[in-house]
Amino acid sequence: MAIPAQQQTTRVQVHRPRKRKVPWVKLLAYLVLIVGSVVMIFPFLWMVISSFKGIREILGFHFWPKVWTFANYREVLFDTQFPRWFLNSLIVALGSTASVLFFCSLVGYTLTRMRFPGRNIVFILILSTLMVPTEMLVIPWFVMSSDFGWVNTFWGIAFPGLIPAFGVFLMRQFFETLPRDVFDAARVDGMHEFGLFFFIGLPLVRSALAALGIFAFIGNWNAFLWPLIVAKTASMRTVPVGIALFSGEAGTAWNLIMAASSLAILPVLIIFFIFQKQIIEGVVLTGTKG
Amino acid sequence: MQSRLDTKKPSSESRIRFSLSTREALWAYTFLFVPLLFFIFLRIWPAFQSFYLSLFTWHVDAAQRDFVGAGYYMELLRDPKLHRALRNTLLYTIITVPAQLILGLGIAMLLQTIDRLKSLFRAIYFAPYVTPAAAVAWVWGWMYSVNFGVINNFLIEWSLFWEARGINWLSIEPQPFLTDPKQALAAVAVVVIWQNLGFQVVIFLAGLQGVPRTFYEAARIDGANGWDVFRHITLPLLNPVIVFSVVISTIASLQLFDQVVNINFTDQGGPLNSTLTIALYMYQEAFSRFRLGYAAAVTVLLFVLILSITLIQLKFFSRKVEY
Repeated sequence: MAIPAQQQTTRVQVHRPRKRKVPWVKLLAYLVLIVGSVVMIFPFLWMVISSFKGIREILGFHFWPKVWTFANYREVLFDTQFPRWFLNSLIVALGSTASVLFFCSLVGYTLTRMRFPGRNIVFILILSTLMVPTEMLVIPWFVMSSDFGWVNTFWGIAFPGLIPAFGVFLMRQFFETLPRDVFDAARVDGMHEFGLFFFIGLPLVRSALAALGIFAFIGNWNAFLWPLIVAKTASMRTVPVGIALFSGEAGTAWNLIMAASSLAILPVLIIFFIFQKQIIEGVVLTGTKG
Repeated sequence: MQSRLDTKKPSSESRIRFSLSTREALWAYTFLFVPLLFFIFLRIWPAFQSFYLSLFTWHVDAAQRDFVGAGYYMELLRDPKLHRALRNTLLYTIITVPAQLILGLGIAMLLQTIDRLKSLFRAIYFAPYVTPAAAVAWVWGWMYSVNFGVINNFLIEWSLFWEARGINWLSIEPQPFLTDPKQALAAVAVVVIWQNLGFQVVIFLAGLQGVPRTFYEAARIDGANGWDVFRHITLPLLNPVIVFSVVISTIASLQLFDQVVNINFTDQGGPLNSTLTIALYMYQEAFSRFRLGYAAAVTVLLFVLILSITLIQLKFFSRKVEY
């Protein structure tokens, strides 16, 4: 973050002499950005507002509900299996995230910090899987899941996201930047290889782990195509699948659909605004490093 | 060195002693054992299996699948619904990728000119990117609703406002949006752009911050105007970021599925297949009509499409770098 500080000092130097001039460019920039922000926020706002309207109010157009009602939320939470879907999503997303963090960093570490024959082949093998779109895999996965009895199980929903190649790639980039001496010193002290990875390597890449963990969680929480295929009963659906099928049945009861959508979207938005900094920095890291 | 130390130690057990490098290799493959199993059996093997499945008719019992060879690939050539899906998918890409890129770069540049509230704006623009596309599509479907949607209601109010003041040319008729085959694809594209814009903004903002200030100052001293600076400094220096953005957003756009399914759930891909994508067509063939062999052939086509477009883009853009 040294660059913006440097920018600001230079900008101050450039602009000081002409202080009287009205900063039209800046004002215009703010104006455009505010208008854009309204467009970005409005769908969320409208979703939440609509979710508090009764069935009759939802079809008559006025902005604020005349009567704020929680009936829609009550119906979604108690008359559908939404709490169950939420739990399923939580189990799948947390389980996948734990696996992603452990295995992606383990592979990333092994590929950069250890010497062994076939290292490049292993790396290319993993990298090559990035080229294959998920759509190409879901049919074989479905056949495989049917044969092995994975359909409609947590393992069945979660297995595709357990070790993403992208995560391996990211962690590899980070382990590559670590100094070798630290590991050599610990090795001479008699630490075994797993200890080197777990106690020396992992703490040094904490920031990357935070970014990867958040990505893994959000990615698995939002996953739609595969869970739609593999979750057969209503009780095994994840939130996005549950919402889609529930809304499909709700037809024109848009107030219910908006309550359900709010319940699906708002938790993610809250997590995002809490971890905003790490998430955006993570995107930048993957964008510039990858 | 350590191995020599090891041999000096008195050891009672009679296990095989490995050299240091063998020991390290053994550890490495122990670490890689589970991940390698995962990648080989759940990533690489299924990819080849897709090719294999596309050569047979589908039956739950593997023994009863009939070999059709290139039959399904011939069917791809004369399937009008697939052609529609292919055309739509390319249209989505041609609309959403440049729009995301231009808007993303524009907003990133605006963000660079301001000093305050920068991170708040950045977060607002990025927020849709992290939300589940399936749920977001329902919200937009509701906003697009012809008779009860907020967009058409806004258009009505807007028109009344201007007509009351005698400025009729500013009034806009309510639109059919998702119900009109001519507008539906564009309406879905808007949702895709809205959702992915923030990603581009963040990537471009990082790229812009990487351009040294001195470059701009030197250009200004040389008397370059804003457009010159943009064309000859910003754009060339941002080239790696642009390549990354184009490739990533093109791949995502060619796989479009979640939004299309959910925005028109009762007539997925409709009206009249006007929003159908390759991914959705694959899903319908495989899991509604259970023509898994044919669907596998469709995914092979999608794979070839993504691979070739990515390679063309990489080649085209990396050639452009040599200025």
